[in-house]
Amino acid sequence: MKEIAYAAPRTLSEAVHLLSERGPRARVLAGGTDLIVQLRENTLSRRLGGLDPDTIVDVKNIPELTQLVCDPVSGLTIGAAVCCSRIYEDRAVAQHYPCIVDSASLIGSVQIQNRASFGGNLCNASPAADGIPPLVVLKAMLRVVGRNGSRTLPVTDFCTGPGRTVLIPGEVLVSIHVPPPRPRSGARYLRFIPRNEMDIAVVGVASMLELEADLSTIRDAGICLAAVAPTPILVTEAAQALIGKKATPEVFEAAAEASRKAAKPITDMRGEEWQRRHLCGVLTVRTLEDAFHRARGR
Amino acid sequence: MKSHLTFELNGEATETFCEPRQSLLEVLRDELKLTGSKEGCNNGNCGACSVLLDGRVVNSCIVFGLEAQGRKVTTIEGLAEGGTLHPLQQKFLEHAALQCGICTPGFLVAAKALLDVHPHPTEAQARAWLAGNLCRCTGYDKIIRAVLDAAPSASGGK
Amino acid sequence: MSAKTSGAKIGTYQVIGTRPIRHDGVEKVTGRALYGADLQMAGLLHGRVLRSPHAHARILSIDASAALSMPGVKAVVTTADFPGSGNRVADLGEGTIKVRDLCANVLAGEKALYRGHAIAGVAATTPQVASEALKRIRVEYEVLPPVMDVLEAMKPGAPILQPDLRTEDLGEKGSTPTNVAKHLRFEKGDIAQGFREAERIFEEEFKTSMVHQGYIEPHNGTALWNPGGELTIWTSTQGAFTVRDQVATMLDVPVSRVKVVPMEIGGGFGGKIPVYLEPVAALLSRKTGRPVKLLMDRTEVFEGTGPTPGTVIRVKMGARKDGRITAAQAWLAYEAGAFAGSPVVCGMMCIFAPYDVAHQLIDGYDVLLNKPKTAPYRAPGATSAAFATETVLDQISEWAGIDPMKIRRLNGAKEGTRRVDGLVYPRIGYLETVEAACGHPHWTADIEKLPSPQAHTVSTKAHRANLLHGRGVASGFWFNIGLKSSCMASVNPDGTVCLVEGSTDIGGTRTSVAMQLAEVLGISAEDVKPQVVDTNTVGYTDVTGGSRVTFATGLAAIEAARQIERQMIDRAAALWEVKPGDVEVSRGCYRLRAGGKSLTFKELSGKLSDCGGPVVTQVTVDADKHGVGCGFATHVVDVEVDADTGKVTILRYTATQDVGKAIHPAYVEGQIQGGVAQGIGWALNEEYYYDLQGRMQNSSFLDYRMPTALDLPMIEAVLVEVPNPGHPFGVRGVGEVPIVPPPAAIANAISRAIGTRLRTLPMSPARVLEAILKRSR
Ligand SMILES: Cc1cc2nc3c(=O)[nH]c(=O)nc-3n(C[C@H](O)[C@H](O)[C@H](O)COP(=O)(O)OP(=O)(O)OC[C@H]3O[C@@H](n4cnc5c(N)ncnc54)[C@H](O)[C@@H]3O)c2cc1C
Ligand code: FES
Ligand code: FES
Repeated sequence: MKEIAYAAPRTLSEAVHLLSERGPRARVLAGGTDLIVQLRENTLSRRLGGLDPDTIVDVKNIPELTQLVCDPVSGLTIGAAVCCSRIYEDRAVAQHYPCIVDSASLIGSVQIQNRASFGGNLCNASPAADGIPPLVVLKAMLRVVGRNGSRTLPVTDFCTGPGRTVLIPGEVLVSIHVPPPRPRSGARYLRFIPRNEMDIAVVGVASMLELEADLSTIRDAGICLAAVAPTPILVTEAAQALIGKKATPEVFEAAAEASRKAAKPITDMRGEEWQRRHLCGVLTVRTLEDAFHRARGR
Repeated sequence: MKSHLTFELNGEATETFCEPRQSLLEVLRDELKLTGSKEGCNNGNCGACSVLLDGRVVNSCIVFGLEAQGRKVTTIEGLAEGGTLHPLQQKFLEHAALQCGICTPGFLVAAKALLDVHPHPTEAQARAWLAGNLCRCTGYDKIIRAVLDAAPSASGGK
Repeated sequence: MSAKTSGAKIGTYQVIGTRPIRHDGVEKVTGRALYGADLQMAGLLHGRVLRSPHAHARILSIDASAALSMPGVKAVVTTADFPGSGNRVADLGEGTIKVRDLCANVLAGEKALYRGHAIAGVAATTPQVASEALKRIRVEYEVLPPVMDVLEAMKPGAPILQPDLRTEDLGEKGSTPTNVAKHLRFEKGDIAQGFREAERIFEEEFKTSMVHQGYIEPHNGTALWNPGGELTIWTSTQGAFTVRDQVATMLDVPVSRVKVVPMEIGGGFGGKIPVYLEPVAALLSRKTGRPVKLLMDRTEVFEGTGPTPGTVIRVKMGARKDGRITAAQAWLAYEAGAFAGSPVVCGMMCIFAPYDVAHQLIDGYDVLLNKPKTAPYRAPGATSAAFATETVLDQISEWAGIDPMKIRRLNGAKEGTRRVDGLVYPRIGYLETVEAACGHPHWTADIEKLPSPQAHTVSTKAHRANLLHGRGVASGFWFNIGLKSSCMASVNPDGTVCLVEGSTDIGGTRTSVAMQLAEVLGISAEDVKPQVVDTNTVGYTDVTGGSRVTFATGLAAIEAARQIERQMIDRAAALWEVKPGDVEVSRGCYRLRAGGKSLTFKELSGKLSDCGGPVVTQVTVDADKHGVGCGFATHVVDVEVDADTGKVTILRYTATQDVGKAIHPAYVEGQIQGGVAQGIGWALNEEYYYDLQGRMQNSSFLDYRMPTALDLPMIEAVLVEVPNPGHPFGVRGVGEVPIVPPPAAIANAISRAIGTRLRTLPMSPARVLEAILKRSR
C-alpha cells in the first residue's frame, strides 16, 4: 500500500471540506471492508484512472453518519457508516424491516458485519452487493452532502456501473432513508452462494409485496436482482406480472420468468450465465413466497 | 511519516507510533510485538487476525491502526486473566480443538465474543458465528464441541 | 467415539489410548507459540518476491535499478544469483526433483512457466517499502501461449514448456520435445482374460481440478548468512532437514554450513515440504549481511506454491453379476505443473489397492503444463484415483443389485493379497473398516432430513419441496511411509524425561511420540518434556509427512525409552550393589528380584548422581525396516441436494478407519475429521479457476471456497484398531487416508439422490444443477 494520510473529522462540514480539498484522491472510510482490501490490492487506483488515493477520511466519528433511527411513522434512517450488526441487533428494525436484516445478517462474517456499512456497500457499487436490492424494493432515498449543499435521490439512481456511482468528488453519502412500512406489505432478500457464508452472491433477489385488504390480491410489488447486470436491476416487468393479481404459484412463476428475461448475467468464477439466469427464477419465487408470508403477517 | 496512537490494549493504556497505512494487525505484530494475532489472508476472509475492538470482534487486518485511537482492543494475549486460562482456552486444550494452532487465537477471540452475546449458544449459532474463522486442520468438530462445552463455565465464571 | 479392537492381542496400556493435554497446548492457546512469521530480530530486513503476471513467457530482461535506488531498498536477487547447479537430484521426502528444476522453481530461469512464478526477491527496511519496490522492477517478457489442460498438453503441437524434456516412456527416453515427462505402467495377471471373464464392462472418464492444501499459515522464511559463511534459516516447515538439504544443494554449500531452525508450523499437508522462500532469503542475506525475513501473502500461496494436480482418469472394470470384479484397468494423466514430478505413481499404486482383482493394467502419465509445480497433498494422488474407482464400483453395485458394503466385502483386499505394484499385504484392516461402517448405526438409520443450518439463506416453503436425499459409501487407501527419525532423551533428577526430536509438530505429535516413551518407561505423558529442535541439535530426521511421525519417530522414542530403562536397571543395580540381572522392572518400578528393595522411576532418577551421573541416550531408526502399516478407510455420507439450485449439503458423515493403534485417540479423530473436511471441500467447491490466459481468478479465501464451520456437520470418526505388526504398539499412519474417500462417497450419495452421476470435481452447484436439468429434460 502506498503512503496515505488519515483523518477522522468529527463534523460533516469538516469531512466535506477535506474531501473537496483533496479531490478524487481522497477516499471516505466507513467500515473499510472494501476500501482497505482495494487499497492493498491496488484495485482502486485502476478505477481512479491510475490515481492512488492519498487521503483517507474516516467518517465514523460524524453523528449524521452513525445515527440509526427507526420510527414507524417517519420511517428508518440509517447513517451511511452504521455497521450491519448494529442494524440487525436493533429490535425495531428487525420488526419493521426484516428484509434489511436479511441482508445485514448475511454480508460477510460476524467480523465483517461489525464493520461493514450499507453506505459502503452502496458506494462500492458492486453488482453483487447484498445491501442494495432491499433498499431498492423498499424505495429508499439517499441523502448526499457536498460542497454545494445537500441533495436527495432515490436509491435506484445511485449506482451507474460496477464501482461507479453518481457521487462527485467531495460528496459524501450521509444517510439512507427508508419509508415507513406499508400495511400488509412484506419483503424478503435471498441470495445464492455455494458455501453457507463468506461468499459473494452468485445471484441475489429482493422482492416486496403489498397486498389488498383481502390479503391475497397484490396491490404493489417490486423485484430487484443483484449480480446479473452491471448494477442491481429493478424488474418492472416482474412487478407488472404481479400487480392486480392474486398471489398464486402461477403468478409467481410469471414474475420469475420476467426476472429470467431481465437478467443479463455473465459467466465468471462465481457462476455461469445460464445458472445465474435459472437462479433468478428460483430466488424470485422463493422471495415472493416469503414476502407474501410476511405481508400477511403484518 | 508515523503518527502517534494511544489506545487501551488488553486493559492497559498503550502508546505507539505507526504509519497511517498500517493495519491494526501490523501495528500489533510489527510495532507492539504482540504476534498472537495471526495473518492468514490479509483481506478479511480467514479470521486468524480476529481481535475485539470495543468488545466487538473484527478482522484486524482490515482495520487501520489509527482507527483504534482512544478505543479498547483485546487480543489473544489478553484472554487469560491473572495467570489463569480463560475457560475457552482450557476447553480447547481438553477437547484437542487445535492441531497446527495457527487459527486458534482467532477462534478463541471470536468465540469469546460469541459467548459474550450468547452465553449458551446452540451448535447452529456457534457454527454461524464462527464461519468467518477458517480452520483447515480440524474439520471444526472439536472446535465447536469445545466452544459449546466452554459456554456454561465461561459465562458462569464472570 | 467408539474404538474397536480386533486382530492381534494388544496389551493393556497406561498412557497409550488416553487423551492428555498436548505439551505445546498452553503456548498455542495463549498466542505465545512462535510461528515463522512471528520471528523478530534486531536489524531484520523485510523481503518480498516479484512474480510473473503471465502463465508462460520468456524473460528477456530484468532491470532492478529503479527499485535499488529507492530509500530503504537494500538488495535484489534473481536466478542469476544461484551458483551453477548442474543436473543433480535432491530428495524432498515424498519424491525426488532435479536441482536445476528446484532452482528454476524458486526463481525463474529463462522462462516464467506459470502465473505467480517467482522472478526476483527484494529486501528492504520495511515490508511496505519492499512491496513498493516490487513495482519498480522492470521485467521485459515475451508472452508465449500457455497450455492449461492436461489432455491438450499431451497432444503433439501443444506449447512446450521445457524444450529439452523427453518422455521417459516405460524406461526408454523419447526423442522429440514433449510435455509428457513420464509414462509408467503397472501390470498384474492378464487384463484381456479378466475382461473375457466379465459379464459386463464399465468404462468411464473422470476429471478432477487442481486444488490447494489450503493451510492457513502462508509460507515464511528468514535467513541470516553471516560473514563467516554460516547460514541459519528459521522457517515453518514439515522437515527442517529437508530444508537444510535442499537449500545447501541449491546454494552449493556443505550441509554443515546450514542450520535450519524449525518454527511452529501453521499447517502443511505436504505443501510445506518444498522450499520457496528460504533460498531467496539466504541470497538476500548474503548480499546485505543482515537477517532477511520473507513472507508470502495468500495470493502468492495460491499462485506460487504447490497445489495438488488436476487429473484425467479413465477406469475400465469388468464384473460378474455375482459382484466379483474380474478385471481393472486404468489410465491416469496427472498435471505435474511446470516441472516434472506429479504423484501419478502414487495414484497408480492406490487406484485399485483396496480390492483383490486378479487382472490389472495401469498406465500413468506425468504431464507438464503452465500451472504451479505440484507438491504433495495428503495422500498425494490417491483421492482422484479413488474418486474414479469407487464411482465405478458403485455403478457395479447398482447393476448387480448388490449392496455397496457387500460388494466391498466380496472384493476387498486382505492379508496375502498382492497389490498391482508387487507388494503382498501383511495384516491389514480394510475389511474391518467395512464391517465397522456396516455395523454403525448410521448405515441402517434413515437419512435425517434436518432443516438446513442456515435458516436465513433459504426460503423454508419453496425449499422444502425440492430437496433430494442420498447416502453414499466409498473406501480409500494410503500406503504410508517410514523413513528415518532420530531422537535424544535425558532423565531429569525429578523423574521427568526431556525428549528431543527432529520431527516438526503440526498436529500434536510432540505428545503422541512422548506418550510412547512414557508408556515404555512407566511414567506419565506429562512427565515427558518433548522439544523440536534445529538441525544441529538432533540427528537426521525426515519430513513430517506420509503419516509417518507417530509411527517412525515413535519407534525412535520407544527405542530411546528401552535404552534408558536398561541404563536405569544398571544404576539400580549399582545402587543396591547387585548385578543388573538381579533387578527387574515393570511399569516404571525397579525391584530387586530377591525382594526387599524397590524404587520408582522418579525415586531412582533422584539418585542418579550417586550412581554414575545423568542418564542420556540417542537413537536413530530407519522405520521402513520395521514394516510400515498401510491405511484403509470406509466412509458413509448422507447428502441433501437442493434440486432447484444444485447445492449439496452434507447432513451426516461417518468415517471408519483402521488406525492400527490410536496413541492419542483425540488427535487421531482430529486427523480423520480434518482429512474428511478437506475431502468435502475438494468434492464440492474447491478448484483453481483460470481465465483463457492462464491466470488464476480465485486466488483468495473468498473465492477459493474451503469449507467453513457452517458448511459441515459433526464428523464421526470410528477408530478401528488392527495393529500394525511392524510397530510394538501396532501404530499405523492415520493422517492421509481420511482425505481419500470423501469425493467418491459424496459423488455416490449425490447419484443416489438425483439419479444421475457426476464424474467431474468439484461437484459445484452449477455442475449438479446441470446434471439435474439434463436428467429431467
Ligand atoms: C470477507 C468479506 C466478505 C464480504 N462479504 C460480502 C457480502 O456477503 N455481501 C456484500 O454485499 N459485500 C460483502 N463484502 C464487501 C463489503 O463488506 C461490503 O460492500 C460493505 O458493505 C462495505 O462497507 P464498508 O463500510 O466496509 O465500506 P468501505 O470499505 O469503508 O467503503 C467502500 C467504498 O465506499 C466509499 N464510501 C464508504 N462510505 C462512503 C460514504 N458515506 N460516502 C461516500 N463514499 C463512501 C469508500 O471510499 C470506498 O470506496 C465482503 C467483504 C469482505 C472483506
Ligand atoms: S488475516 Fe485477517 S481475516 Fe485473514
Ligand atoms: S488447527 Fe490448523 S488451521 Fe486450525
